[in-house]
Amino acid sequence: MDMRPDPLVMMTSSVQDQAPKPVKVAAKNVNVYYGAKQALKDVSVDIPVKAVTAFIGPSGCGKSTFLRCINRMNDTVASCRVEGLIQIDGKDIYDPALDPVQLRARVGMVFQKPNPFPKSIYDNVAYGPRIHGLSRSKAELDEIVEHSLRKASLWEEVKDRLKDSGTGLSGGQQQRLCIARTIAINPEIILMDEPCSALDPIATARIEELMAELRSNFTIIIVTHSMQQAARVSQRTAFFHLGILVEKGETSQIFTNPTDKRTQDYITGRFG
Amino acid sequence: MAGWYALLILALLTAGYVISSARARSIAGGNYAEMHSLPAYHGLYTAALAMLPALICFLIGSQLASYFATQTAIAALPGDVQNDVLKQGAALREAFNIAAGGPINSSSAEIQSAAAGYASVLSAGQWITLAIGTFTGLAGLSWGLSRVSMNFRARNGFEKLVHGLLWVCATIAVLTTIGIVFSVVGETYRFFFDPAITGKPTVFEFLFGTEWNPQAALRADQGEIQTAYGFLPLLTGTLLITTIAIAVAGPLGLFSAIYLAEYASPRFRAIAKPILEILAGIPTVVLGFFAALTVAPFIRGWGETFGLNVASESALAAGVVMGMMIIPFISSLSDDVINAVPQSLRDGAYAMGATKSETIRQVILPAALPGIVSAFMLAISRAIGETMIVVMAAGLAANLTFNPLEAVTTITVQIKTILVGDQEFDSAKTLAAFALGFVLFFVTLVLNYIALKVVQKYREQYD
Amino acid sequence: MTDITSGEFPSSIRRVEFDSAESKARLRGRYKSEARFKAYGIVALVITTSFLLALLTSIVSRGVPGFFQNYLVTEVLVDAAKIDPQGKGTPEALRAGDYSAVARAALADAIPGINERQLKKELNGLLSSGAGDDLREMVLANPSLLGQRIRTPLLLADQADIFLKETESAVRVFADTRGSATPSATTGDITILVSGNDFADDVALIKAELVNSAVALEKNIALRAGRGASAESLADLKAQAAELRQRAAGTASETLDSKTASRLVAINGGVVKVKEMTPTSVRGDVIVPLTTTAEAAPGTWQIRVYDRPEADRNMNDRAATFLEQLKSKGLIESKFNWAFFTRGDSREAELAGIQGALVGSILTLLVTIGLCLPIGVLAAIYLEEFAPKNRFTELIEININNLAAVPSIVFGLLGLAVFLNFFGLPRSAPLVGGLVLALLVLPTIIIASRAALKSVPPSIREAALGVGASHQQAVFHHVLPLAMPGIMTGTIIGMAHALGETAPLLMIGMIAFIVDVPTSLTQAATVLPVQIFLWSDLPEPAFKMKTAAAILVLLAVLFLMNGISIWLRKKFERRW
Repeated sequence: MDMRPDPLVMMTSSVQDQAPKPVKVAAKNVNVYYGAKQALKDVSVDIPVKAVTAFIGPSGCGKSTFLRCINRMNDTVASCRVEGLIQIDGKDIYDPALDPVQLRARVGMVFQKPNPFPKSIYDNVAYGPRIHGLSRSKAELDEIVEHSLRKASLWEEVKDRLKDSGTGLSGGQQQRLCIARTIAINPEIILMDEPCSALDPIATARIEELMAELRSNFTIIIVTHSMQQAARVSQRTAFFHLGILVEKGETSQIFTNPTDKRTQDYITGRFG
Repeated sequence: MAGWYALLILALLTAGYVISSARARSIAGGNYAEMHSLPAYHGLYTAALAMLPALICFLIGSQLASYFATQTAIAALPGDVQNDVLKQGAALREAFNIAAGGPINSSSAEIQSAAAGYASVLSAGQWITLAIGTFTGLAGLSWGLSRVSMNFRARNGFEKLVHGLLWVCATIAVLTTIGIVFSVVGETYRFFFDPAITGKPTVFEFLFGTEWNPQAALRADQGEIQTAYGFLPLLTGTLLITTIAIAVAGPLGLFSAIYLAEYASPRFRAIAKPILEILAGIPTVVLGFFAALTVAPFIRGWGETFGLNVASESALAAGVVMGMMIIPFISSLSDDVINAVPQSLRDGAYAMGATKSETIRQVILPAALPGIVSAFMLAISRAIGETMIVVMAAGLAANLTFNPLEAVTTITVQIKTILVGDQEFDSAKTLAAFALGFVLFFVTLVLNYIALKVVQKYREQYD
Repeated sequence: MTDITSGEFPSSIRRVEFDSAESKARLRGRYKSEARFKAYGIVALVITTSFLLALLTSIVSRGVPGFFQNYLVTEVLVDAAKIDPQGKGTPEALRAGDYSAVARAALADAIPGINERQLKKELNGLLSSGAGDDLREMVLANPSLLGQRIRTPLLLADQADIFLKETESAVRVFADTRGSATPSATTGDITILVSGNDFADDVALIKAELVNSAVALEKNIALRAGRGASAESLADLKAQAAELRQRAAGTASETLDSKTASRLVAINGGVVKVKEMTPTSVRGDVIVPLTTTAEAAPGTWQIRVYDRPEADRNMNDRAATFLEQLKSKGLIESKFNWAFFTRGDSREAELAGIQGALVGSILTLLVTIGLCLPIGVLAAIYLEEFAPKNRFTELIEININNLAAVPSIVFGLLGLAVFLNFFGLPRSAPLVGGLVLALLVLPTIIIASRAALKSVPPSIREAALGVGASHQQAVFHHVLPLAMPGIMTGTIIGMAHALGETAPLLMIGMIAFIVDVPTSLTQAATVLPVQIFLWSDLPEPAFKMKTAAAILVLLAVLFLMNGISIWLRKKFERRW
């Protein structure tokens, strides 16, 4: 492998982050390998607190891989190896003393395909608080469930059928249920891995509205295929290409005035 | 005779193929591209046309010949033998034996004449069959030959015949089921309703009777032993052993499957899976031997150290070994359904901060539950129908008990006991075995059907 | 978005904490339950594996001795007077000769001087009733042996064979005797006086045994009394216990019975079975005659002990003594039992072999594979490639799936009612057995073949159709050959299943005792698993050993078949 620093990366790293908010997640020189294949090369990025950060890029560019590093979901893939430093609030999350189970309670995740558990709507939302012991009584649990469903703007639709199976809801409702499930444990960060790719435009619009609401409470990182979506919901954007973080910055800057040729090509639709 | 017939069919096949393909070649004159079908297909088509009528003649003719021959033999027997089903059967067996070239020594004149009549009619019938077969076969051959031409679609014709053959083969499965239903339902009906059968129970007595004793007194000094056909002790015995088996195999099989599917490294799986496969491949007669010779004495000795009186053919020994048999069954089916649970559900639970065991217990198992339930149902049906282990390790006496340390008997043991050795198809005892077979078939069919439906539903859910 | 409450979460909704003692304890608890759950899985696998190991060890340890057979290898006089008294020399006359008498004579030469009728019977009982069979074959093959002395192995009876193989029945020899011993006679009921107290230990041991049994009996009485047994029912047992105690305390000479360890005295070339003993003398019956009544010096005579009481053995002390004598003369040899594979069934365990069952199994499986391979494959082709989607096809599919799970004994009922009773096919015949097994494994083969056909990608089919092949040509020329390894794998597994199947064959009468090796499909025969079942039912321990040996053969064949199928799968595994 070529060990010389990539001039492009050097250049993009030198772009000054004019972070208006404190840094929540900081990644430094992250390399990820699947077996012998390198999926991410030397990614460094700072993610601000209580804002929406979007990762964009063509498929296979490593943006989802990077997202899954932030809550150590990659640990469940046997062949995966992560190098480099990722910090949340200044603490290394790959510190052996840190427990991935606890980490994931702080860093929630919403997946591409809605994956409600084959349980009732209530039990889906109550699952996290139960395993983490967040409620001391049934009344408290009820309250958490109601608040989470309200936060996910699902409460009005399901309040009369909380005992029904979560898998019986429509796709958009299922995805909001998954969001409610995630925010029920009140995480600090919510990772969203193309949360709208399996949904129709109306359901997508509701999720996007929801993200705008949630960002006042949570740090949100979203991986998306859709540049329009990134432009609509995010404050900051990072562009990945072939495992390299090509460019990052204010969303408005990336979309109006990209510094890198590849970013420009991608945004103008030359490839993708 | 069958040898001659096989020769005839072989000859028809060869002749049909050789002549017809040669004719096609000569008609084409090397211009095969113009011809619709290749000469080989013309040959195959004609060969099939020649063989089929001869084969059908043989199948029908040989049955007819043996039917008429048997009728002739019966007519030659004395009147009293003709009217008694049992005597008639015995006399016919003797006659057939003589006709087949067996020793004549002590047979009566009637039986000898019956044998002679049988042999002559049979031989005549078979020769007639052979003649008709030859004739129809040749007719088929010449018809096939006459159709050989440039435009004749021999390939399509032959493929239609092959298609028919494929269909027949696929239908054999249905015929098997019909055969099973025909054999168990017919005899079961006779068991309950045939007025000629003495000592038979009513359906009610059969289903709810608490005593099972199909063996009547053989000798006068055995006193008055009444036959009884109460099915309940067999049912409880079967259920007791099945319950023990599932109690052993359920947790072991399920936890093995969970460990192999969710925890084990590929290398560990590569070692552990063959162990389960070996266990699955061990014939039940071997397990029965192990149960009777090793496990039963072990349990008995173990019981004695606690001052318990364990029967040497205890339900526990049979049940435990049957459990052994079922472990790989449950584990491989459960492994399949656990693997069919989509990864996204696991990811969802891990992302919530669940540990692996929490994910398994609270997400994967509930999701796989229908599949696991059906695996258990299939396992139960297998345990109910298993014969050799219980024949070798469980008892014969029909005790109505739920004590696993006592000897019980099962449905399959009784079927085996009644039907091994000489049976008469007209005694309530023999028919009782078919009634038990009917119950067995019906129960396992229902269990299997439900289980298969559940699995199908479950597969659809995640596909 | 009217239902969204803006602002922070209410204080009641907590965030997961990490540093409080409570949350740490909680996490520890969760990880403990994780470890426990994982342990359940390992324990389940360990138990399953130990089940399998227990099974295999039990079978192997019982079965391996069954592949060996003990022979008496000694000088045999091929006595023309016994074999061909009229001196005809024809093969018929040679065949009819009394070879057993020749074998018995050889045995009498090996242990001379046994004249008493009962003892003679015991001695001859050591030889198999078929001991002369091999001799007969030798003489028939080579009539010039007549009148010669040859050294040849003679088959031992099953009890003798088992006795030699079982380590628990081995004799313990005490050779460092302290006193000199004087027998009163050389045969019959004799007394041996000993100058030392060589038997004191033994007498003490017997007394201790008596005390032990008394204690066990008393425990039993207490247990029964505790369970509420009546006093009368226990009176008998109490009396027995009291008697045992009394005997243990007394000083009278101890009588040995068949329920205690046997003791024998080897002295002056003979052997005496002890009936009564005091510390300094024994009384007993002579088994092997003594050469003299002279006083035997200390160390020149022996006490021999069989710890297993005579009542628990298949061989009494006399026969065992003869056997030990033969063994000590080096006349007993253990050889690999080839006859096990070349003989049919027999009522005598040492003569029984599995050839008949093996041939029966092969004939039956030939019928099975001849029927179910073509039918199964053609049915699978129909269902996978040609069947229209309609109710009837669906019915066939449901049928196949259900048949795969119908208990095998039900197929036996089908065979009995349809093939035997309705079509009148012969009972116990490999033909019928093969038919029944074919129906039994047909679903397995259809399902496996369909899976194999399905795994061939549609592109192959499309390519063939694209060059103008008919659908059938595409299937038979391209798809079927590619699916063949999968089909063969499924077929071998189905055949292995059929080979191990027993229950349905019992129903159609393949359970008869058949000595001859079957030569046709309609002859009465038995198969290997049924032979195992038949032998396992017999009381003789030698048959138990043969059963386990036959099981080892069956398992070896099954492992081989499965090995081949795995090899096939590996060799032809293809990733499309």
